[in-house]
Amino acid sequence: MQALYAQLLVGLINGSFYALLSLGLAVIFGMLNIINFAHGALYMMGAFVAYFLLNLGGINYWWALLIAPVVVGVFGMILERTMLQWLAGLDHLYGLLLTFGIALIVQGVFQNYFGSSGLPYSIPDQLKGGVNLGFMFLPVYRGWVVIFSLVVCLATWFLIEKTQLGAYLRAATENPTLVRAFGINVPRMITLTYGLGVGLAALAGVLSAPINQVRPLMGADLIIVVFAVVVIGGMGSIMGSIITGFALGVIEGLTKYFYPEASNTVVFVLMVVVLLVKPTGLTGRAA
Amino acid sequence: MSALTDDTLPMTPRAMRDEMIVFAVMAALLAAVPFTGIYPFFVMQALCFALLACAFNLLIGYGGLLSFGHAMFLGTAGYCTAHALKVWALPPELGIIVGVAAAALLGLVTGYISIKRQGIYFSMITLALSQLLYFLYLQAPFTHGEDGIQGIPQGHLFGIFDLSKPLVLYYVVLVGFLAGFLLIYRTINSPFGEVLKSIRENEPRAISLGYKTDQYKMLAYVLSGTLAGFAGSLKVFVAQNASLTDVHWSMSGEIVLMTLVGGLGTIFGPVVGAFVIIAMQQYLAGFGQWVTVIQGVIFVSCVLLFRRGLVGELAHLLRRSL
Repeated sequence: MQALYAQLLVGLINGSFYALLSLGLAVIFGMLNIINFAHGALYMMGAFVAYFLLNLGGINYWWALLIAPVVVGVFGMILERTMLQWLAGLDHLYGLLLTFGIALIVQGVFQNYFGSSGLPYSIPDQLKGGVNLGFMFLPVYRGWVVIFSLVVCLATWFLIEKTQLGAYLRAATENPTLVRAFGINVPRMITLTYGLGVGLAALAGVLSAPINQVRPLMGADLIIVVFAVVVIGGMGSIMGSIITGFALGVIEGLTKYFYPEASNTVVFVLMVVVLLVKPTGLTGRAA
Repeated sequence: MSALTDDTLPMTPRAMRDEMIVFAVMAALLAAVPFTGIYPFFVMQALCFALLACAFNLLIGYGGLLSFGHAMFLGTAGYCTAHALKVWALPPELGIIVGVAAAALLGLVTGYISIKRQGIYFSMITLALSQLLYFLYLQAPFTHGEDGIQGIPQGHLFGIFDLSKPLVLYYVVLVGFLAGFLLIYRTINSPFGEVLKSIRENEPRAISLGYKTDQYKMLAYVLSGTLAGFAGSLKVFVAQNASLTDVHWSMSGEIVLMTLVGGLGTIFGPVVGAFVIIAMQQYLAGFGQWVTVIQGVIFVSCVLLFRRGLVGELAHLLRRSL
C-alpha cells in the first residue's frame, strides 16, 4: 500500500504541473487564439531562472518563486509584442508553427550551454524532511507542491471568473472590437494575458526544479502530454482545465502502480478513448 | 478563418503546361545526378524526404489539415519494411508492400480518431498519437528500442536489380519518388482534389453543398499517410537502418519545416524545401545543437516574413502556379 500512496502522490504532483500548464494554454488560447507550443520551453526557462538565481546570485527558492515567473513573463510579453501580435487574423496554424520555432530556439540555446543532462536544485531547508501520516510517509516538499499549485490554480480561476479584470478579459475573448469601443486597451490586455500564461508555466518550472532536476529538454515531452490533456478537457473552461489536469495526473500515478509499462502512454490512450466516446472533449464545446 | 495559401490560380492549360515543363526539368536534373559527382547518398536521402514532404503537403496545402505527427508514418513503414527484410527475409518489393500497408492501416486508425476534431485540435491529436506510437516502439521488442533495426539487407528488387549497388539503388529511389510525386499531382488536379480545396477554403459551405467533408478528409489523410509510409520504406534501403529518430516529434517538426520553407500548397515547394533542409543539416552537422536553433529561426522567419515559402514567392512573382 505504501507504494500505491507514493505513486498517487507522484501522480498528484504531475497533475499539478499538467493543471498549471494547461491552464496557461487555455488562458492564452482564449485571448490570442494561439496554441502556445513554446509553453514547455518557457516552463524549462522558469526552472533555469531559479537555478541561476540560486547559483549565481545566491537568491533562494522563495524569491525564485516570485522572480522566475516575472522574468519569464516579461520575456513572454516581449515575444508577444515582437512576434505573436503580427499573426492576428491569420490561420491558427501559423501561431502553432511560430511558437514551435520559438521552442526550438530556446531549447537549442540551452542545450548548447548545458547539454542534455540534469542540473541539481536542492530542496529549500524549510521544506526538507517529511511527515509520517500513519498510512504513508509524506515528503514535505511534495506536499507543498500539490497544495501550492492548487492554490495558484484556484487564484487564477478567481481572477478570471470573479474579478473586474477577469470580466474585461472574458469580454475581450468574446468580442474584442466592442470591448475596445468601451475604451479598454485590448492589445495591452492580450500582452498581459500572454505574460500571465507563461508566468504560470515558469512557476510550474520552479516548483519542479527540486523534484525533476533542471534540464534543457524537461518541457519538450511534457508539453505533448499537456496537449493531450487539453484535447481531453477542452479549452472552454478554466475549472475544467484544472480538474482534468489533476485527474489525469492521478490516473497516470495509478497506472505507474498497477501497470508501469503503460505509464508513459496512458494519457494518450485516454485521449483516444475520449475522442471515440465524446469527440468534443469532456467540457463540451466543439472547436 | 483566412486561407493558408492566398492566391489560388484556376487550373488553366497554361498552368498545366508550365507545371509539366518544370516536372520534366526536375526529373532530368535528378536523373543526371550520378554523372555530376554529387554524393548520391545525400540526394537519395533528400528524395525520400521530398516525397514525405509532398505527402504531408497534400494534407496541409490542399486539405488545410496540419498533421504534427507525420513522422509516425515514416517510422512505422520503416520499422515494418526493415523487419520484413531482415527477420522474414522477404524480397525488397514485398518488404515495401508490408511497410506501405502498415502505414495505410495506421492512417485508417489514426485518421478515424483525429478527423473528429478540426484545426488546432487536429494538430495536437496527431502529435499526441505519434508520441503514443513513439513510446510503443520504444518498448516493443521487434524495434530493438534505442538500438533500432540495423544492418538491413538490401536484396534484389524483382530478383533483377541489385539494390546494394549505389547507382541501381539511386534510380530505383528516383523512380519511386517520381511515381509518388505524379500520384500526388494527379490527386490535386482531380475532382477529388478540387473538393479538398473547397473544404480548405470554406468547410461549412462545402458541407452545405452536400459533400461529406469528413470522408474526403479521411481519404486525403490515409492517402497522405500511405505515401509518407512509402517514403519511409524507400528510406530503409538508403539508410539501411530503422530507428526511433524517425518516429520522434522532432522529425514531424522537420517535415513541417521542409514544407513551410518550400511553400505550403505549392506543387514543387516541398521538394525544394526538403533539399534545402537536408543540405543544411549536412553542412552544419559540425555545429551540434545550433542546427536546432537555426531550424527554429527558419521557422520563425518563414511564418513572420515569407509565408508563401521559396517556391510560393517565386510563383507569386511570376504569377504562375508552381
